[in-house]
Amino acid sequence: MRLGSVRVSSGFVVGAVLTVLFVGAAALSYAWTPWSTEGLSIASRLRPPGGEHWFGTDHFGRDIFSMIMVGARTSITVALVAVAIGAGIGVPLGLAAAAGRGGWLDELVMRFNDLVFAFPALILAILITASLGPGAVNAILAIGIFNIPVFARLTRGAALSLWAREYILAARAAGKGAARISFEHILPNTANLLIVQATIQFSLGILAEVGLSYVGLGAQPPTPSWGRMLAEAQTMIYVAPWFAIFPGLAVALTVLGLNLMGDGLRDALDPRLKGRA
Amino acid sequence: MKRLLFGVAAAALLAGAAQAAKTDLTLGVALEPPNLDPTAGAAAAIDEVVYANVFEGLTRIDETGAAQPALARSWEISEDGLTYIFHLVEGATFHDGAAFDASDVKFSFDRAMAEDSQNAQKVLFEPIETIEVVDPATVKITLKRPTGAFLFNMGWGDAVIVDPASAATNATDPVGTGPFVFGDWAKGASITLEKNPDYWGEPAQLDRATFKFISDPTAALAALMAGDVDGFPGWPSPETVPQIEADPRFDVVMGSTEGETILGTNTAKAPFDQLKVRQAIAHALDRQAIVDGAMFGIGTPIHTHYPPHGPAFEDLSGLYPHDLDKARALLAEAGFPDGFDATLKLPPPAYARRGGEVVAAQLREIGIRLEIIPVEWAQWLEQVFKGKDFDLTIVSHTEPRDINIYARPDYYFGYGKPEFQALMEELNAATDAEAQNAILRKAGTMIAEDAVNGYLFQLGKIGVWRTKLKGMWANQPTQAIDLTAVRWVD
Repeated sequence: MRLGSVRVSSGFVVGAVLTVLFVGAAALSYAWTPWSTEGLSIASRLRPPGGEHWFGTDHFGRDIFSMIMVGARTSITVALVAVAIGAGIGVPLGLAAAAGRGGWLDELVMRFNDLVFAFPALILAILITASLGPGAVNAILAIGIFNIPVFARLTRGAALSLWAREYILAARAAGKGAARISFEHILPNTANLLIVQATIQFSLGILAEVGLSYVGLGAQPPTPSWGRMLAEAQTMIYVAPWFAIFPGLAVALTVLGLNLMGDGLRDALDPRLKGRA
Repeated sequence: MKRLLFGVAAAALLAGAAQAAKTDLTLGVALEPPNLDPTAGAAAAIDEVVYANVFEGLTRIDETGAAQPALARSWEISEDGLTYIFHLVEGATFHDGAAFDASDVKFSFDRAMAEDSQNAQKVLFEPIETIEVVDPATVKITLKRPTGAFLFNMGWGDAVIVDPASAATNATDPVGTGPFVFGDWAKGASITLEKNPDYWGEPAQLDRATFKFISDPTAALAALMAGDVDGFPGWPSPETVPQIEADPRFDVVMGSTEGETILGTNTAKAPFDQLKVRQAIAHALDRQAIVDGAMFGIGTPIHTHYPPHGPAFEDLSGLYPHDLDKARALLAEAGFPDGFDATLKLPPPAYARRGGEVVAAQLREIGIRLEIIPVEWAQWLEQVFKGKDFDLTIVSHTEPRDINIYARPDYYFGYGKPEFQALMEELNAATDAEAQNAILRKAGTMIAEDAVNGYLFQLGKIGVWRTKLKGMWANQPTQAIDLTAVRWVD
């Protein structure tokens, strides 16, 4: 399949559609949801899916469809800001390490990366939120910290190979400093890789947010969140299966969509894969 | 092949034997006790395992909440209500073989009253003036003042009789006089009790009882369905009750507890020190909705700190009915026409976490915006109960006859009104039940009118166990899982 001048796979299209759907639902939820998620309506609790409540209601009588829309907002915001933290700090670190390759700065950045990589990400995220207290902001911090080394390492690797190129030599000969070369020449040429990585980190971030709020360390009630909906639905799975199924589907489809889109983007953008398949 | 056949035959035999006469019992409980000495810890989980099973007191609290003879087979009370003469059972021994007599009673109570005592309910012994050993089978206790609930108080787990030789090690190796002997404690997993063959009274009908610690409601359901446990005296997830009721293997028994679930209010802190603010909260609470939302309809709304099944119950539902307009008006009169922000600290049980969400939504309707802060039990004890660093909290007070906590100005919600303290003194002086109930009603009305805390609901007890298991308590008048009459029938 072709999109303008870029060849894209059908997987990318499916992924992009799913992603747009969920991001769109999250954006729409600011303006409109079928039902309000603010108040409770105990009398209409655990209603099965139907014309009135498309996905049924939860144990407090809130509309699950509306909860998923607002929950998407929570997950997407947390994951997006976490990726921004990771890229915002990790990319400059990686560029700096590559610019000072072999020097003390390079060594420092890479050993810091190794240190963070040495811990299982989700476990340390739990540690961070458990010590700072649960909440969406702390979840963002915990997830964001683990994005930093991912971006730093990727940027450094890509930048190192670029520093040996002739046009960089030319830029140096023209008297440009390392910082200017990094931002004017190196960064634009690593952008492809970074965009693909950001998509993947974004889907991992959503999974991490869902995981943290599932164990009660993410966004706190009354803010709807997919992970907490799943946790609450767990014991009611025989009584009200829809309460578990729909948030579960939302998580699975969003992550699937982002991963398909990430793969598709890589196929389309990564020059090393050009000409294959 | 032969070995396989033998294995099948053995399994069939074992299965047959188990069906013929099942004498062991495995119960699930939510919490593991921190230790096993009921005289040195406040945790309800301690009493649930050892009270009435391993340890006994002078009296015991029965299923209806009445004090019955135990190690004291009878007693005489003097006219003025100050002198109690207890006649003890004879021939009872502790599990280590030591004989039980009057000196053990004196030792146990002296130990509980001592300056360095670890007892969590020293207040139970506070009225005692002297303890005299008249003869090995008779104890005479003199009180400083008449204490109406004295016989009941002596039935608490904190007042059980221990032996001087084993008192120091009861925390890990409990030695009592009860119908069960402590067997084994697999930390983090289970505690096993064995039948006491030398019991002085009616022997237990089970050979072995195991308490398994399963705190997660999902795991509890899985364990019950798989047959790993025979039942749960306190079923943790009301939402699964319809599913269990539909299963012919199990009985679901709804009972009452002494657990008044309250919206604990820091009355020493602004703005909750204002009566009108607390009244506004009382008007804003829709208690039936809280019971339905948090407990799936299991539980009874309350309007004061007294259980609806108690003898001194009075219907106070007309005092602060659910009325949002009135609540908003009261809040405006108190100086908060636009409401205010506050925090709501919630301990782990579902009644608190789910109830908290409903309460927060209800108070939001009148403009009180609550930030929900989930805390673990250790944090709750530290911050709320000891540190008084909170605005609102939700907790269930499961001790029986605990309205006297309102007389303590240093208690976490801080009330201690002198008029209320006077009522409690009157209550202690009253020995006849009618007079006590009249005072209890007055006390209940006083704290309800002052809207000290938000009174939410009486925690219901959901008992779930195999239909062939009989003799389990339906109600929970005290923190106990009394196995003395539990048996399997066919």
